[in-house]
Amino acid sequence: MKKLLSGNEAIALGAYESGVKVAAAYPGTPSTEILENLAKYPGLWAEWSPNEKVALDVAIGAAYAGQRALATMKMVGLNVAADSLFYVAYTGLVGGLVIVTADDPGMHSSQNEQDNRQYARFAKVPMVEPSDSQECKDFVGYALDISERFDAPVLLRTTTRVAHSQTAVEVEERSGPQGDGEPKSYKRDKAKYVMVPGYARARHPVVEQRLKDLAEFAETFEGNRIEWGSPDLGIISGGIAYQYAREVFKDASFLKLGMSYPLPERKIKEFASKVKRLLVVEDLDPFWEEQVRLMGVEVEGKKYFPMIGEFSPDVVRAGAVKAGLMEEKALAPVELPELPGRPPILCPGCRHRGVFFVLSKLKAVVNGDIGCYALGVNPPLAAVDTTGCMGASFGVVHGVNKAGIVERAVGVLGDSTFFHSGIAPLINIVYNGSNSTTIILDNHTTAMTGHQENPGTGRTLLGEPTDAIDIENLVRAIGVKDVRVVDPYDLKAVEAALKGAFATEGPSVIIATGPCVLKTREKRGVIVVDGERCNGCGLCLRVGCAAVVRASDKLVRIDELQCTGCTLCMQTCARKAMSLVEQGGR
Amino acid sequence: MVDSINFLFVGVGGQGIILVSDVVADVGLKLGLDAKKSEIHGMSQRGGSVESHVRWGDKVYSPIPAKGEVNYLVAMEILEAGRWAPYLAPDGEAIINNQQIASLSVSSGLARYPETERIVNIFAQRTKNVHLVEGLATARRMGNPAVAGVVLLGYLSSMLQYDEAAWLEVIEKRVPARFVKLNKEAFVEGRHLRG
Repeated sequence: MKKLLSGNEAIALGAYESGVKVAAAYPGTPSTEILENLAKYPGLWAEWSPNEKVALDVAIGAAYAGQRALATMKMVGLNVAADSLFYVAYTGLVGGLVIVTADDPGMHSSQNEQDNRQYARFAKVPMVEPSDSQECKDFVGYALDISERFDAPVLLRTTTRVAHSQTAVEVEERSGPQGDGEPKSYKRDKAKYVMVPGYARARHPVVEQRLKDLAEFAETFEGNRIEWGSPDLGIISGGIAYQYAREVFKDASFLKLGMSYPLPERKIKEFASKVKRLLVVEDLDPFWEEQVRLMGVEVEGKKYFPMIGEFSPDVVRAGAVKAGLMEEKALAPVELPELPGRPPILCPGCRHRGVFFVLSKLKAVVNGDIGCYALGVNPPLAAVDTTGCMGASFGVVHGVNKAGIVERAVGVLGDSTFFHSGIAPLINIVYNGSNSTTIILDNHTTAMTGHQENPGTGRTLLGEPTDAIDIENLVRAIGVKDVRVVDPYDLKAVEAALKGAFATEGPSVIIATGPCVLKTREKRGVIVVDGERCNGCGLCLRVGCAAVVRASDKLVRIDELQCTGCTLCMQTCARKAMSLVEQGGR
Repeated sequence: MVDSINFLFVGVGGQGIILVSDVVADVGLKLGLDAKKSEIHGMSQRGGSVESHVRWGDKVYSPIPAKGEVNYLVAMEILEAGRWAPYLAPDGEAIINNQQIASLSVSSGLARYPETERIVNIFAQRTKNVHLVEGLATARRMGNPAVAGVVLLGYLSSMLQYDEAAWLEVIEKRVPARFVKLNKEAFVEGRHLRG
């Protein structure tokens, strides 16, 4: 039976049917739904680890223990987990290990546009790359087989369009997982698994030989296939770019690469010899193009197709026009007047808003982090000055303060980000003694990626209760003496906490705590505006809430549907024109 | 593409676009066609624009069409309809829910929400077939504004030469049991709105 599944759902199904026993991940768009779906299947362990490196180490441990294992992450997560990728590339494993890297060309939800195919070459490990959901499901199985056969971790790369598009998958009656999954006796082999220099030196030649063997395997791997069309044009492509290229170049011959690395040299040369002109169509880096050229094959690619941004049928077509292969479309583009944009914003009732409002008011320099609160950069709050990667805020603010600036610098991150990579830099602030104020926005969830559990929530991915890590106790245990816990809905309390922290010598931490309203759907009531008192000064608009609207008469009105009754706008009103009308919760 | 039918569903996060596009994709498969659906999850949920592509065909490669190839643009919000107009094919159908949702720049007084006429005029570059549908008003009348999307879905279905039953079966599968009746009624209301 055919069923529409997203790439992520299909990867989860494939992992289940292939007998994956342990899976670990840190949430990250566009990879998050893989573990959320896998957690629904019986007979396996799936977890949210605090970060991607921990997740990969967990999966490696399971693979060492003889079971099939999976670690999933967004592409920048592999930067965090890279240290582990490189050692497991040397040690190999017992049970199959697949690492999903979900790349995000176009940066729909990411801070850069890195092409993680480069990691395959860098770490000298194989990579497979599905083009649709059926392949997502199938390739997990192939990758586990390759992993076990070649004693190597296998990277499985998706991109946003593959991960999130739904395409038809042949779903069998629940076939159940392969293998028995029963505990096996631990296979000790110190020379293989203890990477001290003496042993690691012996492993490097193994890794190099393995790549040669994998390249030989790639020649006959069923995921690398030739689809003959006209001999006038040959196209090498893979991933989602293959789908766009098939759409645009209807008559061309295709070499579809299901294995991104290593490449099948003989197959590529054979294909090249039978076509008059050879193009590589690949998103982001010229990863295949450069390797094909190194084989001595005449090939074109990035001359016509961009290295920047997400591909689409339009982008590929524009490249075809540039390459002289197609005429420009006769259809004139639609001319659009300037329309108001609709960027993502902090939700009405978001607790982060109160903290950013005060930080903006105090003109603090804010070293921010990755999460919903990155949206604090948008006007009118415009409170965030830097955002780099997970956990960067607390390290950066320490450096800013060691260098010394005239203003006050504050580090800001969320609860899940704190557990991910905020603890070590906080230890650094204490250890190396900077006068840094750091804020943990604790909304009890991993909000931006869709409300996943984290070590502070008291629940695991499987929904089971567990001990919650107490952030305040942890911060105190690290040695921070000035710890203040505030309600971010109370602007005066937030301001007092910040001013108090600024007056303190040495490290200070403010924990702004309260649940994510998008998760709880709480509605305390609605704010009503007294039209007699409101003079349209616009102070309340500075909180940047979609529910606070400047009406055509210049006065302010409240969108009752969106308002949660958080009172942040009300607290800014100098004329006391606003009041809260309480309602029963929804 | 002569051999495929392309749908684009647009609006603002929270308007039920995902459900409606899920139904259309499933119906395609049910009719024995290949179908693909594509949308971007993530930051857009925070009040941003949301778009979801559905393509039907004998064999669909790309999950998204090129600009100028969308046969049916279903917009849950007027400003978003205008934003996505470049995707509509010549003589394509634009089905627009009569609802305005202010963006933050509009609500804070920094920008003006365009007049409906101005949005409709954008479509004149491609098509005369603009349908301003009282989806929200109909849904409100039925007691739940959340089914406005399904009202538009019913309207859309009336333009396609396929049996009503396939749609209703898919709705029944996709919607939580306690909302099935309401959603089926909303769908049928939508079909009749076209008259």
